Amino acid sequence: MTILHGSAATLPDERFDVEAVRKDFPILSTLVHGKPLVFLDSAASAQKPAAVLETMDTMYRTAYANVHRGVYTLSDLATARYEAARETVRRFLGAGDVSEIVFTSGGTDALNLVARCWAQAFLKPGDEILVCESEHHSNIVPWQLAAAATGAVVRPIPVTDEGAFDFDAFAAMLGPKVKLVAVAHMSNVLGTIFPIREIAAAAHAAGALIVVDGCQGAVHQPVDVKALGVDFYAVTGHKIYGPTGIGALYGRRELLETMPPYKGGGDMIETVSFERSTWAEPPARFEAGTPMIVEAVGLAAAIDYVESLGVERIHAHETDVLDHATRLLTRIPGLRIIGTAPGKGGVISFTVEGAHPSDIATLLDQRGVAVRAGHHCAQPLMVRMGVSATTRASFAMYSTRAEAEALASGVERAMALLR
Amino acid sequence: MDTTTHEAELTELRETFGFLDDWEERYAYIIDLGKGLPPMDEALKTEATKVRGCTSQVWMIGREHADDLGRARLEIVADSDAHIVRGLIRILLMLYSGRTKAEIREVDAEAFLSGLGLDRHLSPSRRNGLFAMVERIRALAAA
Repeated sequence: MTILHGSAATLPDERFDVEAVRKDFPILSTLVHGKPLVFLDSAASAQKPAAVLETMDTMYRTAYANVHRGVYTLSDLATARYEAARETVRRFLGAGDVSEIVFTSGGTDALNLVARCWAQAFLKPGDEILVCESEHHSNIVPWQLAAAATGAVVRPIPVTDEGAFDFDAFAAMLGPKVKLVAVAHMSNVLGTIFPIREIAAAAHAAGALIVVDGCQGAVHQPVDVKALGVDFYAVTGHKIYGPTGIGALYGRRELLETMPPYKGGGDMIETVSFERSTWAEPPARFEAGTPMIVEAVGLAAAIDYVESLGVERIHAHETDVLDHATRLLTRIPGLRIIGTAPGKGGVISFTVEGAHPSDIATLLDQRGVAVRAGHHCAQPLMVRMGVSATTRASFAMYSTRAEAEALASGVERAMALLR
Repeated sequence: MDTTTHEAELTELRETFGFLDDWEERYAYIIDLGKGLPPMDEALKTEATKVRGCTSQVWMIGREHADDLGRARLEIVADSDAHIVRGLIRILLMLYSGRTKAEIREVDAEAFLSGLGLDRHLSPSRRNGLFAMVERIRALAAA
């Protein structure tokens, strides 16, 4: 597999060679408006290393058939690859058993699965779901739907002005009515990494479960769901250098076993008759129909690639780029960074007096710098922070200090045009 | 402002863009156009007048009034919270505002902006509110 992984994956020393990493990502040599691409929107979706592209291409060419169905060689081969991918995700998240890993179409799908099959199935009128106010809409709206269906109530957990988790306020909200706490491991806007272990312990002490949106968190730091003590942990493939259309839900075995199916179809049943059907054990119970076979294998290839470089080393590299960008941006007059809690992940959101985020993003694009502008699917957080939108730059393993400099000088130049 | 003035403005715009070959100069010009956008009464910026956008907000109303010959003309008032979008709105007003509904139905905004290399801003994927604004103008003209 070293041929597929390229040079960066086989570096023997501790040095993180970002230039070698960049060579593994074909799209990074793209020109935008005739200028080299500076891709700073990996928090929305990360680019894919050749290892992922080649793994998926090779599987379609040589090892593809439907899974869990056939008695023939190719189906066996595809099933083995698909189930091996589940084991890779289990190892990556630190789950105890592969049956605790359900493949989903992404993070949103994973959270909706919990909302539908746990919250909607078990919550009663008056029960409370505590949701952090900085959450992405995908970790707010599913709980609102479950609340509407059950008579439960969704209550926001505040964040501080710096964008940190307000633990005192959270502790004060805990009580016998609270049945579920929903929080992201890392905010997609603020970059804040939330103290999941402490939040989980407090939730459990109050008799509540905790569901964590790990779509950003799992990309930027090592995750161990057992050490964190969480009940559910949702991840998506495309933010961790894998394909779109695949994600996973970790759920504690005892919980998954009690939960009704998510969708009905093939592969999720034990027996079917028109009188009564019985459900397969988890995780099959939650994977109706033909799954995202090659996508799951592509996700495993992405995880292998990430692990070959080292999650800790990637995190250290991203932190270096983030700190550099923060230093440079802070010097720009009128620039306000939204999210200043210590120990942030590789995301920097900001506003600049006299310009709208979309102005800045449009002008940065002309220089080949790709950033996001808008509410980042976190409208309640925008209200909390007193802004209508922000510009967001996000960093990945392939981001460089030079790109942070291109961002800062691009913002300065944009402001010269806008003022 | 009558449509003759708009035609003169559009011609000037095309000519000016022809002179500016550097993208920074072009965007500086669009930003300047936005600064000249007639102000929209803050009271008119409501949920009802907001058009669907994501990266920036756009508010727009269309008012019908009769000209000297008794023909109904659609006057459009619009604004945005983003400078570049304001400049692009100014161009859209040159194209659409003060025209009869029949004239509006004939306007090809995509083609005009394409000629300036700005058509990407009018694409539905931009979600800056401009595409939705044009949709709303066309709906008013179809009514």
